[in-house]
Amino acid sequence: MSTAALRPSALRGRLPGTPRTQSRVLATVIVVVAVLLPYFYDDGSPFIEDCTIALAYVVMALGLNVVVGFAGLLDLGYVAFFAIGAYTIGWFASGFFDGQDIHIGVAEQFQNLPGIHLNFLLILIIAGILTALAGAILGFPTLRLRGDYIAIVTLAFGEIIGRTAINGDDGVFGIGHFNLTNGRQGINPIDKPDLPFIAPFTTLNLRPWYWLALALALLFVFVNVHLRDSRLGRAWIAVREDEVAAVSMGIPTTKVKLLAYSTGAAHGGIAGAFIGAFYEQVNADQFAFSFSIFVLAMIILGGLGSIWGVVVGAIALSFINTRLIPDVLNGVPGKIGLDFDLTQLGFGIFGFLLVIMMILRPQGLIPEKRHRAEFTEGIGGDETLVEVHQ
Amino acid sequence: MSTAEASGPSPSAPVSSADAILETQGLTKIFGGLVAVDDVSFRVPRGSIATIIGPNGAGKTTFFNMLTGLYKPSFGTVIFDGKDCTAKRPDLITAAGVARTFQNIRLFGTMTAVENVVVGRHARMKGSIFGAIFRPPYVRKAEKEGEEEARELLSFVGIHKRWHDQLASNLPYGDQRRVEIARALGSNPKLLLLDEPTAGMNPSESAELTKFMHKVRDERGVTLLLIEHDMKVVMGVSEQITVIDHGEKIAEGDPQEVRNNPRVVEAYLGKQG
Repeated sequence: MSTAALRPSALRGRLPGTPRTQSRVLATVIVVVAVLLPYFYDDGSPFIEDCTIALAYVVMALGLNVVVGFAGLLDLGYVAFFAIGAYTIGWFASGFFDGQDIHIGVAEQFQNLPGIHLNFLLILIIAGILTALAGAILGFPTLRLRGDYIAIVTLAFGEIIGRTAINGDDGVFGIGHFNLTNGRQGINPIDKPDLPFIAPFTTLNLRPWYWLALALALLFVFVNVHLRDSRLGRAWIAVREDEVAAVSMGIPTTKVKLLAYSTGAAHGGIAGAFIGAFYEQVNADQFAFSFSIFVLAMIILGGLGSIWGVVVGAIALSFINTRLIPDVLNGVPGKIGLDFDLTQLGFGIFGFLLVIMMILRPQGLIPEKRHRAEFTEGIGGDETLVEVHQ
Repeated sequence: MSTAEASGPSPSAPVSSADAILETQGLTKIFGGLVAVDDVSFRVPRGSIATIIGPNGAGKTTFFNMLTGLYKPSFGTVIFDGKDCTAKRPDLITAAGVARTFQNIRLFGTMTAVENVVVGRHARMKGSIFGAIFRPPYVRKAEKEGEEEARELLSFVGIHKRWHDQLASNLPYGDQRRVEIARALGSNPKLLLLDEPTAGMNPSESAELTKFMHKVRDERGVTLLLIEHDMKVVMGVSEQITVIDHGEKIAEGDPQEVRNNPRVVEAYLGKQG
């Protein structure tokens, strides 16, 4: 008993206190700067708009990181959850279902509009639940598969949802003649959120949008840190490392994998609902395969499994996409006498970045400690890694 | 103090079915046309150290995999602790009280030794996904207890403190085997299956492990079932030996009986000319 009583203090003594305090201070500074950032810019500044989108992508990338980074299930159909989340807000916060008149907890300006108008927070919850269910449905067929085969099934799932969105103005899967998605015309306008304590959301004042996105991103960073250091998080890593050993240690692999899919999907759904509200529209053409790859590139760039790496990767790629390529670099081809538009090469540039990354820093910008161990010490049972790094 | 000695039978006492912690009846596994395990019925007395031996490819590990639910038996039943565990999910069998180690060490290489053992406790810990996110006091308490118990288990199996927070794959080979045993003990099993625990060990390490098996049985009241090739270990530690050859049980008994059984000698050395 006495040894047991001694252990916690011994534990604390062994953990070096200073780096931990340092990282806490650093995190606090970053959060304070992030909260105050809009005051340094116009309230309608395009920079704030780009930041808002970047933060929504942070939530997306964190979700995909749960599936791919934590649980090791390569998901190439993540766009499906973006779509389902976005349509959730399209259905429940617009005049799309104009036969229905349902108003729950919305501002006065929406009270008399036709269609379904639910409170924004309520919609986020519904989007989370719907996508979590969709994630579990996607998960089922992949349970007995491994690696590349999971990637193929998830890819197909993403495509099915994307096609359904495009053709969903006349039944679903050829059944019925109802309008579910309004096809390529999309659903618009979508209600702006109306939340207590925050200035009204308008197209001109982007600050509330930014803060809402920041709050969501911080919330999900918090959730992810807690998940990672939990019983469930350990189970995910165990399944990723060695499924047979994991199941022999009493981990119900089916449940644990489905929870990874559902958790990741709920992130995507909530971020999707936010993006739908921010753009005030849902458009079937948004939900292309390239979006899944875009989010996957974020987590690979940042560092698979590393929460802070994923945050950095998402912000970096988002800014490259929204600012660096269209604004900063777009004039370059013209200046050197070439006649093309750089934005058309967006995905080529991302691909090039990933290749460079794989050569210079395959473990990502901020690698997770476990993956770093695999790369630097050649462990994890994969002998080819050792050969590559000799 | 040991529960094993209080409730368990002495090694030489006749075994009644009430005393068996594990019992199989006609257990058979067929892979395509190959009968890997053929109609094996056997019984492990509660509180004993039992061993399965047999030449390479005799079907011992396949038999283990059926006991732990990794393979579904083609025919036959597995009864653990009075309950039918035939073809149950492996995680449920572990939760019921069967833990195992592997012939080729299967630790989670990128986790520390402590984390590995905490994973072994998975079935015994509480905590839903919401518990993980919101971390109510009971979850924090369980986490803290889990880590403390993991460190105690590591010390129990003889892992020095300085290795506790090292990545499992960086540990010396013999210690990895011990961590694997600690991880299995983490689920607080009634029956511990060890698949070739002394493989790759030198004679002095094997001798130490033999002593350690008695310690596990006596101090933690765990019944042990081993697959082992090292005859010195087998004869030194076993109270009951079951011999399997070509998937069939060919002999069973205490070390003396098995050693003198002509069929066993034949299986290992071939027929006399």
